[in-house]
Amino acid sequence: MKNSINHDLSQYPLKLEGDHVPMVRFQNVTKKYGSLVVLDGLNLDVAEGEMVTIIGPSGSGKTTVLRMLMTLETIDSGVIYVDGEPLTHMEKNGRLVRANAAHLRLIRSKIGMCFQHFNLFPHMTALGNCVEGPMQVLGLSKREAEERALELLDLVGMADKRDQHPSRLSGGQQQRVAIARALAMRPKVMLFDEVTSALDPEVISEVTGVIRGLVDQHNLTMLMVTHQIGFAREISDRICLFFDGKIEEQGSPERLLDNPQNERTQQFLSAVLEAN
Amino acid sequence: MADWKFNFTWEILPRLLLAAGNTILAAGGGYAVAVVLGLVLVLAQRTRSRTLTFIVRELVEFIRSTPLLLQIFFIFYVGPQFGLRLSPWAAGLIAIGLHYAAYLSEVYRGGIESVPKGQWEAARAINLSTVTTYRRIIIPQALPPALAGMGNYLVGIFKDTPMLSVIGVAELMHTANSIGAENFRYLEPYTIVGLIFLAISLPTAWLIRRFETALRRKMGLTR
Repeated sequence: MKNSINHDLSQYPLKLEGDHVPMVRFQNVTKKYGSLVVLDGLNLDVAEGEMVTIIGPSGSGKTTVLRMLMTLETIDSGVIYVDGEPLTHMEKNGRLVRANAAHLRLIRSKIGMCFQHFNLFPHMTALGNCVEGPMQVLGLSKREAEERALELLDLVGMADKRDQHPSRLSGGQQQRVAIARALAMRPKVMLFDEVTSALDPEVISEVTGVIRGLVDQHNLTMLMVTHQIGFAREISDRICLFFDGKIEEQGSPERLLDNPQNERTQQFLSAVLEAN
Repeated sequence: MADWKFNFTWEILPRLLLAAGNTILAAGGGYAVAVVLGLVLVLAQRTRSRTLTFIVRELVEFIRSTPLLLQIFFIFYVGPQFGLRLSPWAAGLIAIGLHYAAYLSEVYRGGIESVPKGQWEAARAINLSTVTTYRRIIIPQALPPALAGMGNYLVGIFKDTPMLSVIGVAELMHTANSIGAENFRYLEPYTIVGLIFLAISLPTAWLIRRFETALRRKMGLTR
């Protein structure tokens, strides 16, 4: 009922089908906080295995994009699809209705997220953080979960710190554990929300190195919000520049960064590059 | 102190110590009720149902705003009119447990609200259910900051057990009153009661502080 007041959902497909179903699709997604429009009719497709970086000034809605995909925020209109299926909505009697908690949990399992401030569980060790989801949600045995967690802690270079609590780890180390924790759930889509913004400059490369490895080795679909233009250029398939809740301009790193078409893009890039 | 009678003191001490056992039992039993019920009260206020939240919120306010003594009398003397016939012990434990549950629910609330929002989001990101998130992530972290308040109320409930004497629970105060009335001497029994309370309260408070520090360290919340 709520939906029908807001907008007509019949224009949205119940499922995405065909040869080129995107891993993530935002279709006409709007998000408001009161009268403030954070995202304004966003349309964005991310292909399977694609690495898309979102840049833009603060308040442009870029973090909101990730948070909506992780279902940490609700949306006001539009539909988000993940792996062909609606995330924010579900099918009921041949129509789309707002997703219930069970549907959200089901589709959310395809998505993993890393946060600016890591958000590790402080009362658990590095290993404990990584086995929590697999054991509690996926129902793995302790042995299976630990095996998987150790493999991933090894991947991020943290296997030797497996028994340390987060309070004993540096920011860079905590963020690497957080990446392992997210990967332990075997997501299809990984979200990186300014994962290096809270780090000291000398440890940023620890984390970017891990993400670079993921791009090379895994067929993960990734969305990243960052202020590090250099890193974005190096690893992204595509960069989207957000302004006022809309994609102002997007393209390959070379296209967007070296040859921006739009005046606001040029201004933003020159300001950022100067600051760097 | 010329009037203090040691013979009398030794004579009544065993009886008072026995009653102290009852006091500890009443405090412990009431506290056990309060600890569990307090958690129910705080979680009920955090559900999505606004009606439930409102009702429980008002219930907690009501309990906190009326005297414990009145609640004890009410359950014991008015309860039977509604078919609720309870022994002094049962009525006393329910009254004191309910009363302190209301206070403990506020302590828990403070603890739960002290857990950063990022912890909820991280739990959501690995798809933990709400129940699992409370059980595994939120409550363990809410516990250490709540312990000091919980300890205060443990000592508080202990000091409030004399109120159960009014409905005939044979705890310390009740026993001291009887001894006084039987012997027409109140100095020794009341003094001993005070000393017993001190001898239990002070170490308890100290132990709780130790426990809090140890728990924080064990959970890796401090270096």
